[in-house]
Amino acid sequence: MGLAMTMKQVCQTLGKQFSVGVFALLLTAAPVYAGVKIQHWQAKSGAKVLFVENHDLPMLDVAVDVDAGSRRDTPEKAGRAALTVHLLQLGAGGMNDDEIARKLADIGAEMGESFDPDRAGYRLRTLSSPRERDQALDIMAKVLQQPGFPETVLTREKARTIAGLKEAETRPENIAEKAFFKAIYGNHPYALPGDGEVRTVSKLTRQDLIDFYEAHYAASGAIVSLIGDVTRAQAEAIAEQLTAKLPRAQPQAALPPVVPLTQASTLRIPHPATQTHILIGAPGIARGDPDYFTLYVGNYVLGGGGFDSRILTEIREKRGLAYSAYSYFIPFKQPGPFQIGLQTKKQDADTALQVARATLAAFIKTGPTDAELDQAKNNIILGFPLRIDTNRKILDYLAVIGFYDLPLTYLDDFTRNVDKVTAQQVRAAFQRHVDTDKMATVMVGAPEAAAK
Amino acid sequence: MRKVTGMLWAVLLALPLAALAANQPQEKILANGLKVIVKEDHRAPVVVSQIWYKAGSMDEHNGTTGVAHVLEHMMFKGTKSVPAGEFSKRVAAAGGRDNAATDTDFTFYHQVIGRSKLPLVLRLEADRMHNLLLSEKEFSKEIEVVRNERRWRIDDKPHAQVQVQLMATAFEANPYHWPVIGWMDDLQHMTVQDARAWYQAWYAPNNAVLVVAGDVKAPEVFKLAEQYFGPIKRKVLPVRKPQQEPEQTGIRRVVVKAPAKWPYLLMGWKAPRLKDAAKDSDPYALEMLAGVLDANTAARLPKALVRDSQIASEIGAGYDSVQRGPDLFEIDGTPSEGKSVEQLEAAIRNELEKIKRDGVTEEELARVKAQVIASRVYQRDSVFYQAMQIGQMEITGLGYQNIDTRIEKLKAVTPQQVQDVARKYLIDDKLTVATLDPQPLSEKQPMAPPKGLRDEK
Repeated sequence: MGLAMTMKQVCQTLGKQFSVGVFALLLTAAPVYAGVKIQHWQAKSGAKVLFVENHDLPMLDVAVDVDAGSRRDTPEKAGRAALTVHLLQLGAGGMNDDEIARKLADIGAEMGESFDPDRAGYRLRTLSSPRERDQALDIMAKVLQQPGFPETVLTREKARTIAGLKEAETRPENIAEKAFFKAIYGNHPYALPGDGEVRTVSKLTRQDLIDFYEAHYAASGAIVSLIGDVTRAQAEAIAEQLTAKLPRAQPQAALPPVVPLTQASTLRIPHPATQTHILIGAPGIARGDPDYFTLYVGNYVLGGGGFDSRILTEIREKRGLAYSAYSYFIPFKQPGPFQIGLQTKKQDADTALQVARATLAAFIKTGPTDAELDQAKNNIILGFPLRIDTNRKILDYLAVIGFYDLPLTYLDDFTRNVDKVTAQQVRAAFQRHVDTDKMATVMVGAPEAAAK
Repeated sequence: MRKVTGMLWAVLLALPLAALAANQPQEKILANGLKVIVKEDHRAPVVVSQIWYKAGSMDEHNGTTGVAHVLEHMMFKGTKSVPAGEFSKRVAAAGGRDNAATDTDFTFYHQVIGRSKLPLVLRLEADRMHNLLLSEKEFSKEIEVVRNERRWRIDDKPHAQVQVQLMATAFEANPYHWPVIGWMDDLQHMTVQDARAWYQAWYAPNNAVLVVAGDVKAPEVFKLAEQYFGPIKRKVLPVRKPQQEPEQTGIRRVVVKAPAKWPYLLMGWKAPRLKDAAKDSDPYALEMLAGVLDANTAARLPKALVRDSQIASEIGAGYDSVQRGPDLFEIDGTPSEGKSVEQLEAAIRNELEKIKRDGVTEEELARVKAQVIASRVYQRDSVFYQAMQIGQMEITGLGYQNIDTRIEKLKAVTPQQVQDVARKYLIDDKLTVATLDPQPLSEKQPMAPPKGLRDEK
């Protein structure tokens, strides 16, 4: 398509969903979006700070994250990372758990822990009026920097965690997820369930948590993200207030690499549920992988784009086999999982598995069609404003950009990076990263009959 | 310390809501009865469009329960001009996200999309309001999806089954009796004709509210609504029988057995819903009571039962006054290892007796009020949520104009009122108790029955 095409013609063509070339997409898909203006600096404490000044609403959102997710657990102390972050707000700076909860509620502040395989931290949402803001931040600062790890609270929370683990052992979705991560990660700490195991959690001591906190909650590795109704000067002071008294940095234990699977495996776990939960996958990519956007766009076509995706079309739309069926890559600090998932009536499990595998194989063999790729790119590019239309969403991006060392222009470059992706690139990238002969399959509630 | 606390909430409560409020919604009612409400919010170049049909599971009949939700699925399965699957595809191609949900009181359809694409979604939404095809072929595939959805949401989730049983036991005559997704046997016997009858009966402009929120101008939205929805004819709607739930005059108990580790307890007391936002008072006191019990982790129930006595590993209280049908004030919890649901129920009753006997403090109430007021500010960060609030107030007949009235009324609740409603409503004669009796997971499961027999219960 020549550049001589007028804007109007291009818009009409897109409206009819004809296959259009990259040029046409660039012409129509480069609207000028108000960018997110990210200020960044290193606090005196050593923490990395990302800040978006926004006075639209009288509120402030803050996140503090450290490299203390579940990948920092060991098999014998699985669950320690989660329990550590959980306990911080249950006693700190001379306040017990009640006092902390009361004082936050008194000013309408909302504070909660966040936790995943890579990161641990806290998020705070507060009104920006000085009294409320100051009290909220004072509490957050104490929670992060002066945790007490009270023994009685630890005993209680261990019991609650164990109760949750025992219940999870009965639920097909939890059983499946746990078995899947074990199957694809083997001895790597990503295999460990975030909340640990009954056996390992019962043995955790107060000293275990203190040691973990001292080792992993250093200012130099902390990311402070802020968006809201404060000035730059105030943001600088807040970041310092939240991190100046964090533990001193210690050398982090080196983590083993994530090893690709060397063979296929299928695990069938009985369960009385009416549905079989199926998960198929393998280690995928890490944050910052040069193939990230290619795989992201490609996966939209395969299983991430909802009703635009092949997996949902084949499994649900054509055959009615499931309500939910999807695929995704989650990038972690080290390669995170590639996963296909669905839940289907027990009697249909083997059929659904066959269809899912065939859909994946076909996609890897030929890649997306031009029409599929255009649909994916149109959705992601034209839908970009929906990613940054609330303070909360922007806060999440700041935290990800900060923790994973993504370029500060990540959001500015996003649509351009998506637009560059070609069908050939998708095909090549999927062939590089997904080996259908070496994937783990987990079926919970599989029917008694042997797989075809 | 206490004085500082007092000052803080007093300052918060003194903030005039007008200072916190953004633009007020604007409305227009078309000649065919469609009510259009627009809430401008220019923070992001995005628009939310939600169409709310006043037709939910409470408007169904036994034998075809679940049809409202089935029709929701079928709304994506083709009109005369938009083939099956194309609705979502076109919204996605324009960078939008779309979904829908069915509840007891309503079915609503929503899109979030760049502001310039509003005409597209309104055109598509108007089209399927009156041009839906409802083919046998599409229906026969989609009903399988819905059955799988039910298995996923309810059949394989013990706590969900307890919730279903609570509603079924508490409500005998009112259609809140059955789950929104319907009884499985009704889903097994549903036909495309059932879906067509539902669509014909309820999908009309005079049975709907269109809420548009975001970076739009109200006059332009009204113009678009007139353009796309204006030509659709209103319908005479079916008579809605009141199906008043007879007064409950004695405690009810029901047990659910399902594979699980721990027991689970769910208690529900009959309670009034909000009918007149300005004049009613009990519903507001009940909301405050729920807050005193569970609005934060320092509230009565988590403090007494999870932390102090450790009789529960999880506990919660809830009450939603905004609904079309009869209401319940609920408390639920999971006993700690070694404790029983009987012990947990006794402990909960003990906490309620304390309130009935000694009341609640000004400080506790102030704390809940502070959270309510702050939430009102935080909600402004989500245009989608603001649109939902408007939709829910409209569907229940309370009116979006009363969103702030509710806040003012909540602020005015006194400790005496909270004590009064606890005494009046949280009594055994109004109570239904549903418990989960956990069963061990068994390797033995029934083989698939031979073809020709029903294979679902």
